[in-house]
Amino acid sequence: MIEEKTPEELLQERTKRVEDAVQLKVPDRVPVAPNFGFFYAKYAGITPEEAHYDYDKWAMAVKKTVLDFQPDMFVSPRMILLAPGPVLDMVDFKQIKWPGHGVSSNHSFQFVEEEYMKAEEYDAFIEDPSDYIIRTYLPRIYGVAEPFKMLPPLSSMMVGYAAVHLTAALARPEVTNAIETLSKAGAESLRWRSIMDSIHEELGGMGFPSCAQAIAEAPYDVIGDFLRGTRGVMLDMYRRPDKLIEATERVLPMQLQAAVFIAKRSGNPRVFIPLHKGADGFMSLEQFKTFYWPTLHKLITGLIDEGLTPWLFIEADYTSRLETIRDIPKGKAIYHFELTDIFKAKEVLGDVACIRGGVPSSLLCTGVPQEVKDCCKKLIDVVGRGGGFIMDAGSVIDEAKPENIRVMVDFTKEYGVYG
Amino acid sequence: MAEDLVKTIADLHEEEALRIVEERLRAGEDAFKILEDSRNAMEIVGKRFENREYFIPDLVYSGEILQEIAEIVKPKLTGANEFERLDKVIIGTVAGDIHDIGKNIVTFMLDINGFEVYDLGVDVPAQKFIEKAEETQARIIGLSGLLTLAFESMKETIEVIRGTGLRDKVKIMIGGGQINDEVRKYTGADAFGTDAMSAVLLVKDWAGEK
Repeated sequence: MIEEKTPEELLQERTKRVEDAVQLKVPDRVPVAPNFGFFYAKYAGITPEEAHYDYDKWAMAVKKTVLDFQPDMFVSPRMILLAPGPVLDMVDFKQIKWPGHGVSSNHSFQFVEEEYMKAEEYDAFIEDPSDYIIRTYLPRIYGVAEPFKMLPPLSSMMVGYAAVHLTAALARPEVTNAIETLSKAGAESLRWRSIMDSIHEELGGMGFPSCAQAIAEAPYDVIGDFLRGTRGVMLDMYRRPDKLIEATERVLPMQLQAAVFIAKRSGNPRVFIPLHKGADGFMSLEQFKTFYWPTLHKLITGLIDEGLTPWLFIEADYTSRLETIRDIPKGKAIYHFELTDIFKAKEVLGDVACIRGGVPSSLLCTGVPQEVKDCCKKLIDVVGRGGGFIMDAGSVIDEAKPENIRVMVDFTKEYGVYG
Repeated sequence: MAEDLVKTIADLHEEEALRIVEERLRAGEDAFKILEDSRNAMEIVGKRFENREYFIPDLVYSGEILQEIAEIVKPKLTGANEFERLDKVIIGTVAGDIHDIGKNIVTFMLDINGFEVYDLGVDVPAQKFIEKAEETQARIIGLSGLLTLAFESMKETIEVIRGTGLRDKVKIMIGGGQINDEVRKYTGADAFGTDAMSAVLLVKDWAGEK
């Protein structure tokens, strides 16, 4: 009879299974880690709106799903929401629409594309990003921070003894009000964070490691997602290529520093890096090599130099970029593919990076368990050969039939054993 | 000189193209001819996109150049110089989804291929598609969506269209990065595509059927 393993043993076993796969060794079996998003809520019978507003319900939904499916890693609930509803309300956040606020209470939040940084503001951003963020960017994305437009340049604090300009500006009632509201939002964020941290601890104590706690973005995506918008950043490649490259270089060390800090504090070495705007079709290969890859490459190698494991969540299709992204240290990173030809990815990258993904979201949503099983079998046979593979969906799992997730996890545990 | 402008726009030389336009207007040329050249250039851009020499940023940039030219020449246009249009197509991102990049590219590509496109925007309820179809008599509808939640929404939209008796009169295509034939079957659409070119081919095919 097999003895029951303790939660600590299970935690070690699962962690080692994933790390073996990352290091391109042959683990005991193929790890399986469904990339849950709002599936947590749907499966547990709560709405995405409740997930945003009722922290305990959200934590319970995560716990229930993880215990029911027993994955080798779970997605941190903090990675899915990024910020809770009450905080978004308090700061009057403009950059997303969230359940009950612009999208229905049954839908996940969605991003609002805008030029949050104007084309002619590159210099101001590059010159002093922090000042630009506080006095120009925040007033645009937080309704509550609108009065920060009245602040003098932050560098004015350097001279003039008691920083009279700044302190005088802080005394304006609108500014005082904004700071007070932000402070209340901060207290609410802390309350949310402590509940999210405790679910991590609890699940860890039950033997489940998380996928990652830290997050970073490719510098080009930082500019494209948050500052210039998809259209803006595309035009910048033609109209102001040098500024765009300079801005990505400016952003790189900030992304590195923040990710290293959070990963080290959490004790989880993996850093989630979702890639958005560099995919096939979104730019030519030449543009990819000019604008996107150089700073992403430095981000990847910079994290690896810190002993961390970049987990690149490569959305859309990267089939034409596979040779380019081969250029990283061996056995140190996870390449998670969505629509890329994953079999070709195994051929090109199999000796360099751990490959993750392969099960189409459409199959999990609309297929039947036998089809999911066939898909997983082929993935284990081909992509899983010789190790270096983590079974997962290609994209974030919001809607999916629970029986399809069940078969993906259970079949991988049964058939994915390395003999 | 006409050749110059067509080539300059097709090769995405913005400043040079605008300079040529200004010069030709100053020389007293018919503004409509300039627009015609611009349209020819867009056809070349479309071809290059089809052949994967051009990508989305090239389309966006060429659209930008076209718009600048249109703004310069519009005040000089006399009379109703509209281009003759092929079939009508209604397009929109389905209810609950606010993504528009893919949809906009399909609109752009259909437009430069000569179709009359009614773009209803994002988060479009089923009823809007029906109203527009009745108003315009368009017989082709394109439903766009990026998120997996769009599958359900596309299905519902098509069911509502079916309920009005309009279903047999229209062809419905669905499109988006996550779409495949399983999704097409699930939603009850006639055809699907994952890129702008497949939308153009579908519409050409359907338009030729009549």
